[in-house]
Amino acid sequence: MSGVLVVMEQQAGAWHRMSWETLAAGQQLAEQVGQPLYSAVVGQGVAALAGEAATKKLDKVHAVEHALLKDYTADGFTAALAQLIQAHAPSYVLFPHTYQVRDFAPKLAARFAASLISDVVAFHAGPVFVRQLFQGKLNADIRPAGAGPVFVSVQAGAFRAESLVEGAARVETFAPRLDAAEIRTKPHEPFREAARAVDLGAAELIVSVGRGIKEKDNIPVVEELAKAMGAELAASRPICDNGWLPMERQVGSSGQTVSPKMYMAVGISGAIQHLVGMKGSKTIVAINKDSNAPIFEVADYGIVGDLFEVVPALVEEVKKAKS
Amino acid sequence: MKIVVAIKQVPVRDSQLRIESDQRWIQEDDLGFEINEPDAYALEEALQLKEKHGGEVVALCAGPSRATQTIREALAKGADRAIHIEDDNLRDLDTFGIATLLAGAVKAEKPDLILTGLQSDDLGYGQTGVVLAELLGVPHATIIMQVEVQGGSIQVKRELEGGWFQHIEMPLPAVLTIQSGINKLRYATLMGIKKAKSKEIKSVTPAAAPAATAVLERVYVPQKSKQTQIFEGDAKSAAAKLVEKLKFEVRII
Ligand SMILES: Cc1cc2nc3c(=O)[nH]c(=O)nc-3n(C[C@H](O)[C@H](O)[C@H](O)COP(=O)(O)OP(=O)(O)OC[C@H]3O[C@@H](n4cnc5c(N)ncnc54)[C@H](O)[C@@H]3O)c2cc1C
Repeated sequence: MSGVLVVMEQQAGAWHRMSWETLAAGQQLAEQVGQPLYSAVVGQGVAALAGEAATKKLDKVHAVEHALLKDYTADGFTAALAQLIQAHAPSYVLFPHTYQVRDFAPKLAARFAASLISDVVAFHAGPVFVRQLFQGKLNADIRPAGAGPVFVSVQAGAFRAESLVEGAARVETFAPRLDAAEIRTKPHEPFREAARAVDLGAAELIVSVGRGIKEKDNIPVVEELAKAMGAELAASRPICDNGWLPMERQVGSSGQTVSPKMYMAVGISGAIQHLVGMKGSKTIVAINKDSNAPIFEVADYGIVGDLFEVVPALVEEVKKAKS
Repeated sequence: MKIVVAIKQVPVRDSQLRIESDQRWIQEDDLGFEINEPDAYALEEALQLKEKHGGEVVALCAGPSRATQTIREALAKGADRAIHIEDDNLRDLDTFGIATLLAGAVKAEKPDLILTGLQSDDLGYGQTGVVLAELLGVPHATIIMQVEVQGGSIQVKRELEGGWFQHIEMPLPAVLTIQSGINKLRYATLMGIKKAKSKEIKSVTPAAAPAATAVLERVYVPQKSKQTQIFEGDAKSAAAKLVEKLKFEVRII
């Protein structure tokens, strides 16, 4: 058993950007363990994508092709990749920790009687894999055990695509044996809910509110700050789930991705699903009563304190500064 | 329709977490515990499906003896009975091991539908439901925001990235992992709490489970790599300093 296999994700012929971050992680892991690096692109008509992946430094790209892989299904992707892994016996299998990977990679790992070491942010000598606990408040070192292969998914932004080393690899087509009867789910076309009235992506300034606000009736506290600053109001997911603000104001992996000049996170802990939606902001300000909240890992400026004291004070000061 | 809901007990959100001296886990003695948030939504979805289609809701929990509290709360909200895979050393297992135990209990129940939260707030592996489906040999879907039963099959709304969704159909039995926000959570009523006292909690000792392939070696506070400028002082002076910074250096006011 040898090699690091990186499973790259594409949708209708377009890459998921995390595919490149994961390939970068793969290059680093392959070097650390002194093993060859392979990648796999799964779908129908993925030769061009496989050719693109082959311009990076790795040993081989598997174009896993089948008509039944045109649309993603957990059954189809698991069966196809299980056959590829059986045929080539890699010691490590890496995935980007996307929603799609969450859907099938644990099933694939289970087929090899293994757990998926999911949402990994780093690895050290061993290799030992680092992942977050308690939504980013703590870290844990996870050591793989057992007969292998070791299945790992990589968190968004944990590895940099820019660090990818160029190269030239062979592309090999792998044709799995699939039977339409083994695919039990029937996926429909992806859709969006009604068009968004608010395009947070274009906002220059955003004040964003999280569960620290405690109840719906307190929303005006931050609304006033947004108004004073001339900022758009945004929110973390629980605020929108509760219907305290409309869904279209949600920032994060299932909401909007924003990169304003300034993003102020008020009472938001900074879970990774929120961070991916706003960490490209030029300046990030965090107001949180917990100095260990993960939001401070991306914040340029911060106030550690009770938002119900700090926010009204900010409104005062902003008004003063503007007059 | 018979529904099994797998629920987990986790430390109360916003608990102050302190690490055990052997660095293998957190100190649990002085923590409060509650149902894992996405599991609460899974339970609610099960109760609503039962109200619509009839049947039975069985809460299934693998956890130490303290988890009984969370199980009682599920019964108070309306679950009909519960199975508690009780063991104080489940932490030695990984998710594959836990899912193996859960699968054993589910098999005996032969449910039409199995629901669970999409991930736990403590370990956050996000895979117990998916592995459970694989071990049971049934189809599954993850990150579910809507469930519609149509006879012997279901159509679900699955959340995709960036505000996209997708409908998926599949035959029953099936496993769904439920996303927070799918429904509105109910509170237990006084009547519910009273009734729960007489509902059955079947305690079972775990069967042999496979050894962990992912071993938690060390828990620690992450090293902060970002230099954050924190404005100190009372609310007013901290706010004044921040606004000055935003006005004269960041230039956005
Ligand atoms: C598949 C998936 C997709 C997701 N998509 C998204 C997404 O798109 N967007 C998103 O935001 N989340 C998303 N989430 C949820 C995410 O994991 C977090 O649960 C969520 O972001 C937490 O929101 P929060 O920070 O507002 O709440 P919490 O994590 O509860 O944090 C509240 C914070 O407020 C602070 N606080 C409390 N009281 C006060 C006070 N008086 N003064 C100051 N601070 C206070 C606390 O210290 C804490 O840090 C997703 C999760 C999953 C699994």
